[in-house]
Amino acid sequence: MQALIPTVVFYVFASITLLAALGVITSKNPVHSVFFLILSFFSAAGLFILLGAEYIAMTLVIVYVGAVAVLFLFVVMMLDIDIVAMRQGFLRYLPVGIAVALVVFCELALAFYVSLDKPTAIAEATQIIPDSAELNNTKAIGKVLYTYYLYPFQMAGIILLIAMIGAIVLTLRTRPGVRKQVIAKQLARTRDQSVAIIKVKSGEGA
Amino acid sequence: MEHHFFGSIGIMHYLIVSGLLFTFGICGIFLNRKNIITILMSIELILLAVNINFVAFSTMLGDLTGQIFALFVMAVAAAESSIGLAILVIYFRNRGTIAVEDVNMMKG
Repeated sequence: MQALIPTVVFYVFASITLLAALGVITSKNPVHSVFFLILSFFSAAGLFILLGAEYIAMTLVIVYVGAVAVLFLFVVMMLDIDIVAMRQGFLRYLPVGIAVALVVFCELALAFYVSLDKPTAIAEATQIIPDSAELNNTKAIGKVLYTYYLYPFQMAGIILLIAMIGAIVLTLRTRPGVRKQVIAKQLARTRDQSVAIIKVKSGEGA
Repeated sequence: MEHHFFGSIGIMHYLIVSGLLFTFGICGIFLNRKNIITILMSIELILLAVNINFVAFSTMLGDLTGQIFALFVMAVAAAESSIGLAILVIYFRNRGTIAVEDVNMMKG
């Protein structure tokens, strides 16, 4: 009974992950696709917890559900998309899509089978996972990430910075015809430019 | 070899799940040729499958490197989707559509 519960949990999370992934690629509305993507990532986080990788699981929820999925939702709702036109060609590409998918899956299964059959294909551990009772997963990752993988870690930060700058530069535009407040211009106005005193003779004013 | 695996679930189960997820991602790219948003989401699914593989092998081998690499994959995936969506937004702004089948604006 004790050993049965993780098995059941695995099958529940795995089936929800796969069904949600099917929903992502087959649903008509892109908004529904995004929601299915969120569900898929959530259940994948459950699988990661089952594997003992809590830090990756929580990062997945924060980064994907919290940031990337919301980004997708924003873009889907911001753009005015013709859903019917988007669906054209779905049935035409269905046979070739399924054929390619079958070939890819067979190749993957073959590669997994062969690599697990040969013990020499699996390298020796270099960063051994410590006992979770004395050092939890997050601390263990931190200890390795900030020492052995310091330079790759910094590089990942630079990649994210470049992506941020790139996204801002790509979508930045100066729109014509927009009236903005320029404070320096307002302050530089003198009395001569803005006020005119006109002497009107008495009795001749309109 | 077996670090802390539970019950009757072994590495092969996780590999089959990740293989199926990868396959669904590939299939999604083929089926939604016109909808670039769904193509980007399919790429996210493929990267998730890769991450499941990394973490499953990390647990099986008792080696943290797989989990570290999964973190880097996640960082690159976030950068990729943000740039992809930015390109999508400016493409929509210029063309008024996101049909990607006939994208040839960069063809000199």
